[in-house]
Amino acid sequence: MEYFVQQLINGLTLGSIYGLIAIGYTMVYGIIGMINFAHGDIFMIGSFIALIFIILLGVTAGSSFLLLLFALLLVLVIAMALTATYGWTVERLAYRPLRTSFRLAPLITAIGMSIVLQNYVQVVQGARVKPLQPLISGNFTIMEKVTPEGNFLVNLSYIQILIVVTTFILMAAFSLIIAKTSLGRSQRACEQDRKMASLIGVNVDRTISLTFVMGAALAAVAGMMYLLYYGVIDFYIGFVAGVKAFTAAVLGGIGSLPGAMLGGLLIGLIETFWSAYFSIEYKDVAAFSILAIVLIFLPSGILGKPEVEKV
Amino acid sequence: MTTASPAAKERSFTDSIKDAGLAALVALVLASAIMGLRTTSLPGVGGLVVVPDLPLVVGAVLVVFVGRLLLDLFVWRKIIRIPVGDKWYRRPGGRPLAHHAQRLGIMFGPALLVFAVILPFLPVSDRYVMDLSILVLTYVMLGWGLNIVVGLAGLLDLGYVAFYAVGAYSYALLAHYFDLGFWVCLPLAGILAAFWGVILGFPVLRLRGDYLAIVTLAFGEIIRIVLLNWYTFTNGPDGISGIPRPSFFGLEFERGEHGFAGFFGLDYSPMHRIIFLYYLILLLALLTNFVTIRLRRLPVGRAWEALREDEIACRSLGINTTNTKLTAFATGAMFAGFAGSFFATRQGFISPESFTFIESALILAIVVLGGLGSQIGVVIAAVVMIGGLEILRELNFLKVIFGDNFDPTSYRMLIFGLAMVVIMVWRPRGLISTRQPTIALGGRKPISGEYVGEGQG
Amino acid sequence: MSAAAATQGAKETAGSSAEAPWANDPVLTVDHLTMRFGGLVAIDDLSFRVGRRDITAIIGPNGAGKTTVFNCATGFYKPTEGMLTLRQSGGASFLLERLPDFRISARAKVARTFQNIRLFGGMTVLENLMVAQHNPLMLASYFTLGGVLGLSHFRRAEREGVELARYWLERIRLVDRADDPAADLPYGAQRRLEIARAMCTKPELLCLDEPAAGLNPRETAELNELLRFIRDEHDTSVLLIEHDMSVVMEISDHVIVLDYGKKIADGTPDVVQNDPAVIAAYLGVEDEEVDEVEHEVEAIAKGPADA
Ligand SMILES: Nc1ncnc2c1ncn2[C@@H]1O[C@H](COP(=O)(O)OP(=O)(O)OP(=O)(O)O)[C@@H](O)[C@H]1O
Ligand SMILES: [Mg+2]
Repeated sequence: MEYFVQQLINGLTLGSIYGLIAIGYTMVYGIIGMINFAHGDIFMIGSFIALIFIILLGVTAGSSFLLLLFALLLVLVIAMALTATYGWTVERLAYRPLRTSFRLAPLITAIGMSIVLQNYVQVVQGARVKPLQPLISGNFTIMEKVTPEGNFLVNLSYIQILIVVTTFILMAAFSLIIAKTSLGRSQRACEQDRKMASLIGVNVDRTISLTFVMGAALAAVAGMMYLLYYGVIDFYIGFVAGVKAFTAAVLGGIGSLPGAMLGGLLIGLIETFWSAYFSIEYKDVAAFSILAIVLIFLPSGILGKPEVEKV
Repeated sequence: MTTASPAAKERSFTDSIKDAGLAALVALVLASAIMGLRTTSLPGVGGLVVVPDLPLVVGAVLVVFVGRLLLDLFVWRKIIRIPVGDKWYRRPGGRPLAHHAQRLGIMFGPALLVFAVILPFLPVSDRYVMDLSILVLTYVMLGWGLNIVVGLAGLLDLGYVAFYAVGAYSYALLAHYFDLGFWVCLPLAGILAAFWGVILGFPVLRLRGDYLAIVTLAFGEIIRIVLLNWYTFTNGPDGISGIPRPSFFGLEFERGEHGFAGFFGLDYSPMHRIIFLYYLILLLALLTNFVTIRLRRLPVGRAWEALREDEIACRSLGINTTNTKLTAFATGAMFAGFAGSFFATRQGFISPESFTFIESALILAIVVLGGLGSQIGVVIAAVVMIGGLEILRELNFLKVIFGDNFDPTSYRMLIFGLAMVVIMVWRPRGLISTRQPTIALGGRKPISGEYVGEGQG
Repeated sequence: MSAAAATQGAKETAGSSAEAPWANDPVLTVDHLTMRFGGLVAIDDLSFRVGRRDITAIIGPNGAGKTTVFNCATGFYKPTEGMLTLRQSGGASFLLERLPDFRISARAKVARTFQNIRLFGGMTVLENLMVAQHNPLMLASYFTLGGVLGLSHFRRAEREGVELARYWLERIRLVDRADDPAADLPYGAQRRLEIARAMCTKPELLCLDEPAAGLNPRETAELNELLRFIRDEHDTSVLLIEHDMSVVMEISDHVIVLDYGKKIADGTPDVVQNDPAVIAAYLGVEDEEVDEVEHEVEAIAKGPADA
């Protein structure tokens, strides 16, 4: 039981990170119907930028709480802004020229961009893993079990709380943006019918750019959380996390924002529980298999709108 | 520019400068973080430190500024610009190479074939050239195989490398556990790969579009992970070595009387095996090509293409779309299986590392860059991409420009990725985008790529 | 006339058609067909018969459920309730609601066209017609094996297939465009090609969804002739949806009128034409109000001119 609760906590944390990345996939897919394969690498860029600025600011676990809080907020804002610029540039260079083209062309440029970003970071920042001393340590012990071998503690660390809370705040904020603002309205209009939207005066290019910017900013948050949680990053984390997050987006129903979050949480939980109870090697197999099984029964994912085939 | 159209003149030189300035500004923002601030671990200091690198940023910004300006002045000016509102839209470049393709298709194909056949006897063909040619041909074969699935049937398969892996491991394991030879294993590997294609395809082929893409990607990863972790059976990450080499009708390529050289009274040379492998893969690739061309003209091939054009119409004409998709999937998988067992016998060693997603992406890129459904396009794209990748290994001359610290190998994939983006933006429909009809009453006229569908699955 | 009276009227015409010619040997019998999409009832307890070697027209206002009837009959939708029986002239009969869509075309021999043309745009006109002969050609190629080996048996079958295609191309006057991509044809030719493609499956029942939509008067006249030819020379029963009353009244033997998923009239063109319920449904108002509405329309038409 205690073990279960601990895994639940870990799974939710990981799932929140996946969910944040998955939102970027889902938003882009919703609006231009393409898989932005480079999105995972945008996430990786975000975590590198966060790493660089944390080191630059020189905060450590020993810094006073207020200073640490302020520094982390600053880093978050910088990382979001710079990563968003990367997202914007990728769209501008690799996807916009192909907007009216057929659907495989942007898929290939997306894969190309993913290769570019990975190797760009590898060339400039080096291929070695980058460690970061834990900044936020400490935890609550919420359960305790006495066993002959020793005590098993169920811990809820501060950083886990931070990740889950941030995720849900951002999730709510972005849902509000899409539901209430004129940007959100333009996005939904483009989603329905891009040509029509442009005819009635929606600036389609700008809307799509902003979608990429928003997705990248969220990915930067995820990247920073990842960095703080695991404490090591390298240029390759984008691929693995990206594939998982994309899986999450599809599992939840691609195009659906709550779906992306739900999918992220599910993938996080599946992975964590599989590693805990069965085998850590096959955790990805479990996640992918569940995706395939879900899609067989729900071909548009869990929360996706079923495609009506009007003849 | 004297040849610029009247519309292009409206953009003045200052506009171009402004435009380039903006691009440089963006580059400055981008470069400042990742390029300008490098994380390294210094000796003696615990943890990482950040080292600023101003020259790199300045260099990058300058390159962007000048590059953008030159492009704007000399390349984009030539392309007709269509004013829409107060903005300029560049007409997507890349008129299909229709006419060239047609002429190319007639003469280029046979010429290429003749060249491929005599290549081993040309004076330039040393060990390096032959190895490279074998590699290129392997990708040509894989491209042709995937072309059936993506180009003809319009099904997006992002896990094609899984079947390549199945083929390679089938041969390696059959040889290891049952002592079977290459020629027995080759068809078995193809059959096994096709069988896996059916097993994996059956549940997922009713998914549409990108759902199919992610599930195929997932299957590719699953197979790789299983190969990696099923240590007792596949030897895990250590891979399988000592895979038997193919024999020439029972003659091994070895020294002595009973070897190939001895039997034919030749002097032993390690090149014999290489040349033999070359012809083997050439034959396999040509078989793939031949079968594909034949299949296209049969009802099943037409059904594949019809499926790509309109699945609902297919069903209204009594075509069992599930079976049709499965045959496409299985046929593509079978050729990947053949290629896989060739890969195993050529390398003598395989490990899961050779079957990562990037391989699938590479094969898909070859198919899309070549032009979906175009056989000759795949050849050109494979030569360009694989050849290019190899040439990028030889970037040492750039040291002259960048100084001795320059390490070319790490730039290889960077340039490769950029090239992928640039070619695709330049020719979104691929190098050869026309489609050849499979039957005609009068003369066969190539069909412009604009009309050809791209599939939903 | 009230809604209740309208249904009453429909029942009368239906009752009187019990002895109608199309009830004797129907190729398609639809019984109590109901199709719901969530809360929307697109077809509500619909029954009718399609006579063999008749041209039967289904008419009705937009959204009446006409296309949905086709989709149920050709297996694209599974009806919520009801039974669709197809009887071939050879005697075999099929329950269409139990067959998957491709079997309906392959075995029960029901072919169709689509309201939004669905040709294989990137394939040539001839290829479109060859794809339609997929099943017989597939058999002739011994499920591809014989074809790959280049057996003469298949080559002969393919030649026959091309001849069939040429026959239909001559019929629709497209022989000289046989090698052009289908998407390149003008609209009217695309409509004709879709009909020819359906005919290449050698159907018992041909279902046409608004074949005259977008055609000019000359093309419409040709279409009428083509449909008569199909009925008379190919022993094929035709079921068509059409908004163009000139087509419906001129060529159909039997007209069924739908409104809001219900049948409101069923009979020969003359009978249906004069049915008050049909007139009411088409004008969207009850009889007494027709004059009123006309006045309103006139007033609106004048309005902007005054301003
Ligand atoms: N797949 C579907 N899902 C939900 N509603 C549907 C579906 N198909 C049809 N409908 C609804 O059923 C009703 C009847 O549609 P149908 O297409 O049969 O009309 P129709 O008579 O062919 O009209 P039209 O003359 O405009 O073609 C409409 O309200 C339509 O919106
Ligand atoms: Mg309709």
